[in-house]
Amino acid sequence: MSRLSEDNVRIALEIIGHYPRARSATIPLLHLAQQQDGYVTNDAIRHIGELVGATSAEVLGTATFYEMFKFEPVGKYLVNICRTMSCALLGGDQLMHHAEHTLGIKAGSTTPDGLFTLEHAECQAACTEAPTLQVNYRYRFRVTPETFDALIDDLRAGRLDSEIPPHGTVSRVRQRIPVDRGVGVVAPEDVTTAPSWMLAPEAAK
Amino acid sequence: MTSTTYAHAPGFVAGDRPQIVTSRFEYDDSYTLERALATDGYAGLRAALGRSATDVHDEVKTATVLGRGGAGFPAGTKWGLTPQAVWPRYLVVNGDESEPGTYKDRLLMERDPHQLIEGCLIACYAAGLSQCFLYIRGEMALAQERVAAALNEAYAAGYVGSNILGSEFSVDIVLHWGAGAYVVGEETALIESLEGNRGMPRLKPPFFPAAIGLYGKPTIVNNVETLANLPWLMRNGAAAYTAIGSATSPGTRMVAVSGHVKRPGVYEIINGTTTFRDLLYSDEFCGGIRDDNELKAFVPGGGSAPWFLPDQLDIPFEGRVIGAAGSMAGSGAVMVMDHTTDIPMAALTLTRFYAHESCGKCTPCREGGTWLMRILDRVVAGQGTQRDLDQLLEVGATICPGDFPHASSERLGIAAVPFPYKMTTICFVGPSAYTPVHSALTLFRDEFEAKLVRRTFIPVTGIPVTAVAQ
Amino acid sequence: MTTTESNDVSSDDSPAVIPDPNAVSVIINGKQFIARQGDLIIKAAEDAGVYIPRFCYHERMSPVGMCRMCLVEVDTGRGPALMPSCMFPVAPGMVVDTESPVSKAAQEGVIELLLANHPLDCPVCDKGGECPLQDQSFSHGPGESRYVEEKRHYEKPIPISELVFLDRERCILCDRCTRFADEVAGDALIHFTSRGNTTQVITFPDEPFSSYFSGNTVQICPVGALTAKPYRFKARPWDLEEAESTCTSCAVGCRIAVQSSRDELLRYQGVDSDPVNWGWLCDKGRFGFEGIKHDDRLTTPLVRTAQGHEATSWNAASAAAVQLITDAIAAGGASSVAVLGGARGNNEDAFAWARLAHDVIGTPNVSAQFADGLPVGVLGMPRATIDETAAAPTVILLAPDLKEELPVLYLRLRDAAVKHRSRVIEFAPKASGLTRYAWRTVFYEPGTQAEAVRAALATTDIAAQVAMGDVVIVVGRANLAESSAPTVAALHALVAALPNARVLPALRRGNVMGAISVGMRPGKGGLDSRGILNAAADGKIECLILVGADPLADVPDGDLARRAMAGARRIIAVDTFINASSALADVVFPAAAYAEKSGTTTNIEGRVTTLAQKVTVTGTSRPDWMVAGDLALRLGTDLGFRSVDDITASIAATVDGFEDVTPLALAHAPNGVLTSVVVMEPVVTPSIVLAERNSYDFRLVVSRKLYDQAIGTSTSPSLSPLAPGGAVFVHSLDVARVGSAIGASVKVSTPKATIVLPLAADDSVQRGTAWIPFNQSGANPGDLIDAAAIVTDVRIESI
Ligand SMILES: Cc1cc2nc3c(=O)[nH]c(=O)nc-3n(C[C@H](O)[C@H](O)[C@H](O)COP(=O)(O)O)c2cc1C
Ligand code: SF4
Ligand code: FES
Repeated sequence: MSRLSEDNVRIALEIIGHYPRARSATIPLLHLAQQQDGYVTNDAIRHIGELVGATSAEVLGTATFYEMFKFEPVGKYLVNICRTMSCALLGGDQLMHHAEHTLGIKAGSTTPDGLFTLEHAECQAACTEAPTLQVNYRYRFRVTPETFDALIDDLRAGRLDSEIPPHGTVSRVRQRIPVDRGVGVVAPEDVTTAPSWMLAPEAAK
Repeated sequence: MTSTTYAHAPGFVAGDRPQIVTSRFEYDDSYTLERALATDGYAGLRAALGRSATDVHDEVKTATVLGRGGAGFPAGTKWGLTPQAVWPRYLVVNGDESEPGTYKDRLLMERDPHQLIEGCLIACYAAGLSQCFLYIRGEMALAQERVAAALNEAYAAGYVGSNILGSEFSVDIVLHWGAGAYVVGEETALIESLEGNRGMPRLKPPFFPAAIGLYGKPTIVNNVETLANLPWLMRNGAAAYTAIGSATSPGTRMVAVSGHVKRPGVYEIINGTTTFRDLLYSDEFCGGIRDDNELKAFVPGGGSAPWFLPDQLDIPFEGRVIGAAGSMAGSGAVMVMDHTTDIPMAALTLTRFYAHESCGKCTPCREGGTWLMRILDRVVAGQGTQRDLDQLLEVGATICPGDFPHASSERLGIAAVPFPYKMTTICFVGPSAYTPVHSALTLFRDEFEAKLVRRTFIPVTGIPVTAVAQ
Repeated sequence: MTTTESNDVSSDDSPAVIPDPNAVSVIINGKQFIARQGDLIIKAAEDAGVYIPRFCYHERMSPVGMCRMCLVEVDTGRGPALMPSCMFPVAPGMVVDTESPVSKAAQEGVIELLLANHPLDCPVCDKGGECPLQDQSFSHGPGESRYVEEKRHYEKPIPISELVFLDRERCILCDRCTRFADEVAGDALIHFTSRGNTTQVITFPDEPFSSYFSGNTVQICPVGALTAKPYRFKARPWDLEEAESTCTSCAVGCRIAVQSSRDELLRYQGVDSDPVNWGWLCDKGRFGFEGIKHDDRLTTPLVRTAQGHEATSWNAASAAAVQLITDAIAAGGASSVAVLGGARGNNEDAFAWARLAHDVIGTPNVSAQFADGLPVGVLGMPRATIDETAAAPTVILLAPDLKEELPVLYLRLRDAAVKHRSRVIEFAPKASGLTRYAWRTVFYEPGTQAEAVRAALATTDIAAQVAMGDVVIVVGRANLAESSAPTVAALHALVAALPNARVLPALRRGNVMGAISVGMRPGKGGLDSRGILNAAADGKIECLILVGADPLADVPDGDLARRAMAGARRIIAVDTFINASSALADVVFPAAAYAEKSGTTTNIEGRVTTLAQKVTVTGTSRPDWMVAGDLALRLGTDLGFRSVDDITASIAATVDGFEDVTPLALAHAPNGVLTSVVVMEPVVTPSIVLAERNSYDFRLVVSRKLYDQAIGTSTSPSLSPLAPGGAVFVHSLDVARVGSAIGASVKVSTPKATIVLPLAADDSVQRGTAWIPFNQSGANPGDLIDAAAIVTDVRIESI
């Protein structure tokens, strides 16, 4: 149970600074919290509420709407196997059965060593590469029982650490808007005129 | 930072066709600023900034760049719908791609983020939008990394932010990513989500984003592919653009063909003229049904679209024609089922998707979608009754009262019912849970009947397929 | 529209009919109607007598189009389309068909889907019998359900606050309670969680829906998902009788329906009064009914004997009281009799007592305030209504925390602020419930508000804002640890700068406006409440009459109150309970309580509305006016009042400003009748000289919370646990200065007294000040307050 760390508060404030209203940073900050702890804790929700000016209930309401946020610890690797039409047509369900067998758990649960959580997923926008899965939102395409087992072995052996960060980290690249290059945000209610470039007939240099 | 484990453009199949949005895909480093600059990157923006905003807007209108997000509304016209002199005005880029079968925006973001950034800037300039938010689907880590890196490069190099290319033109592009909810692709839900709320759609009207959008201000929501068209358009002009494709659907569009075909893939096809037969059977595209099996049915425009039969193969990829034939072009996603397909099970995978993705706002979608799924589940498990099949249609009618669109079938002797349908819900998620049920039941009722309870129990093991893909 | 009395409507020379630009002609179910521009279809249809079923639509909240129950076919020229009628405004030429086959199919479909997961436990559901889902299933449903699947299951009712339970299985997700919490109350503590078919309403762990307005969600829930603890399983709706009345818990005057069964009060429901409460109530008003049948209610008159209070007959008690009064007059003259109180009763009670005091006894020493009010003259300033205040571009608050003292006025002003109708400029010693919504908040140190006002008016942005004209000043006592002088001085400064500003008095007590207006105020040369208490303390009051007044609890200066009660030679009390003060009385008359008597009441705007009797009185208690009439008769004057209506009529006939408030007018005005403003006495500018401040001291702020130990709360089992209890609060940065840990007991002292309270931190308290809530459990901050001083400085020390 933890609030955002000092470093993460700094990042949080930078993220909030990208939006005309702090509330818009709710989802990014939930990701940040999940990156910190592997899942979203109640303390983090409360903290995010304070940072964006919402009640904890509101932040929880937003957080629980979205599939990616977990409210209890999950495995280091979240394995999502797609089951929507294109993947199902090409063996998505069989792949899930195989995965359950390999990992020795049912979909929706976590291996006792805390390494893997297996879940059904809906369409992953890789339909032409069916059947697909994601490990912590990194794709594997046209997965066969053999490539699945190899993937699990690689993950266990730490051979994919450079490609696949632990659960919670989605993008490892963060957008930084340099102070001298950013236009900056203004609360929408405080904007009353067009930006200057719109007033100039031609903006060309 | 970026991984080398991925094939450079997984799923993308180039060809001897005009490439408006995929021209850089052949390079391994297509996502870098360096490659972009070496291949005309930001030349379209430069060209746009050399002209008046009205001029650029007119060019886009003349080219009739149709929205590629699903509704197919011309971008230039949409930009013109924002009320004048209301500030601020926003551009929200819809990169939430989640419609079953759809796979193109992710490629465009992963493989050519600078093209998208350039497109955003052109749109902001032409439509007079003062800030841009780029909303990427939460589960697309690589796309997020590539776009973030590209934005960081572009900011540093002076392509985004204040005084772009040394001009007065100044716009921030803020990268935002979601957290997993299909319905957030719907534009008003996208706006709610961007405001930090639950992604529940708002009712249109009064909440037409162009008038009342993000923070209650005028907002243009455009699909990634729509915007990716703009750099080419600016470099080559509307005439070159309309020279490709049909009069009503100019240019190219990206179509993902998945399922039981020999070469599933994402193709940039000529808009409006390419037929489904070309797409599925010609060697230029998918090269036929796998194992030379018989085609049973296909979904022409993403999971929300009513199904087509082999009867419809000669229809071109053109919104109006597809609509008249009882379906929709939607998001450019074709899902192909061969004769081995268990139709009720296939329908269940889609209905389950939409039931699962309901935001919960509208009673018919929240309750009806799940109800449909449960009945269908029962039928697929071999425990359904005749009554259940009628019940499916009756529950569907609470979501979509009146006639429901479907394809014509010579075999069944039925004529097409054209798009659209009446609906009791706010957005299309509710009806979409019913669409596969309706299509499957209308076109393949015998397959459902074969599963009813008097038959022997069939365990649920998924769609019996002959072999897992190569 | 205006109509003329001419019979010949077609006459040629009748003035040309000017088409109303706001009129929209629409066809609803084949008939043409004129609707108002901007009206939603569902509303326009209702006005035209066509009821469209609905669940999520609520007239006082923004439409969401969530339940889809109100779908009807609407043709705007492009063919009929199904539209949620709660989301679309009427348009000229629109054709609406609420009964077409498609409309009906849609409505029946939605009902069936709503019932799919709804438990059919109507026989044991509190809502059964008054349930919109039940009713509309009957009127607009398919009559049967084809749903055979297993229903959703959740844990049965879970408490979401101290007062409200939630049964998620019954919930139909209409977004009414959640919208109310967010949009109306501003307490977004209940919210939807999860998605799709598993969407639920829920609170965050350890953060209950402890809103002052939580009970409204129970009232607007269209099913039995939300139930109120005080009413659960108490009655079936068809057993309830109801009467429309006005809440007198505070002086906003919300309209309510008083409901009872078998002569027992069971529930209050908000009634939508457009100019006042919009249907909302605060929880204190809503659940206050519990105290009325409390076991400790007085049932017979009491007289003091050597053995203490003894029950007696009305006759004997009246005779005793008359004896005390005549003795007092004989000993010290008429002015040695003083009457305090009246704000608890209705206009008629106050009028009768005022007549008794002024005309029969002949004393000018009468007051309806307890040294915590405003000079009577403030009520004579140009006044604004609540509607006018909530529509004024600028509202200046020089008032107590409205959320704590006048909760529904808070809702109205919050609405004005969040909907950007009004900009609120707040002057306060401490952050209030409205601070979040105020355009500017100026914190002042108690005693310096006039300077704060002058300085603020000199800033360019505030000057520009007030220059837009139409300013309303809401004025009341923000701090009981200071005299009224600084507030009055600030009011003077405001009025001097803004001569056209209007005033809305923020006096808290139920009928204080009415009591003062009908005569419960000092006569010529008479003493106000502080004067009366001082005189009593000095032994100059032979007989002190308390009409629903409990000085020991109500007067901020506790020491003064004690000395006054000790110094008054004789005390007569008219009250519903034995409280600290009536316990000292020589004669106690049991008074009829709220809902046990009828009459009228006057709210802060001067709006007079009716009060209904719904249950019989407790024991032999009588309305206060009857006590006054009896005493007057025994003192030789027949006031002539035989019924409440007599008095209401007499008020209308004799009291300035009440001319229009006749029983007949009231009978035809559900929203009441506004009195006109009467100048009673000039407001004198006080001169304020503040003593030098000692740097060790904290300046004291004492103010009320909604829930305290007042009789109405403490006699209600549901509300009394909500009183937060006493503590001394300082800003977190000032805690170190005190040198004690938070939670530790500290000494709070003035030269007059020392009290011990736990220390607490609260950043809504300004630095250098200390705040103590009034009338809570624990030590009484009133002991520190000196009514003669302008402000109170305290020293806080660890023990
Ligand atoms: C349920 C639903 C889901 C949608 N999902 C997407 C999506 O993932 N991506 C997208 O671009 N448009 C999606 N749309 C369409 C958008 O609402 C919107 O029309 C589109 O983003 C506009 O962009 P365009 O005009 O450039 O096509 C969806 C619509 C609905 C009703
Ligand atoms: S149709 Fe479904 S997903 Fe769309 S708004 Fe309604 S409930 Fe939400
Ligand atoms: S009342 Fe209109 S949708 Fe609920």
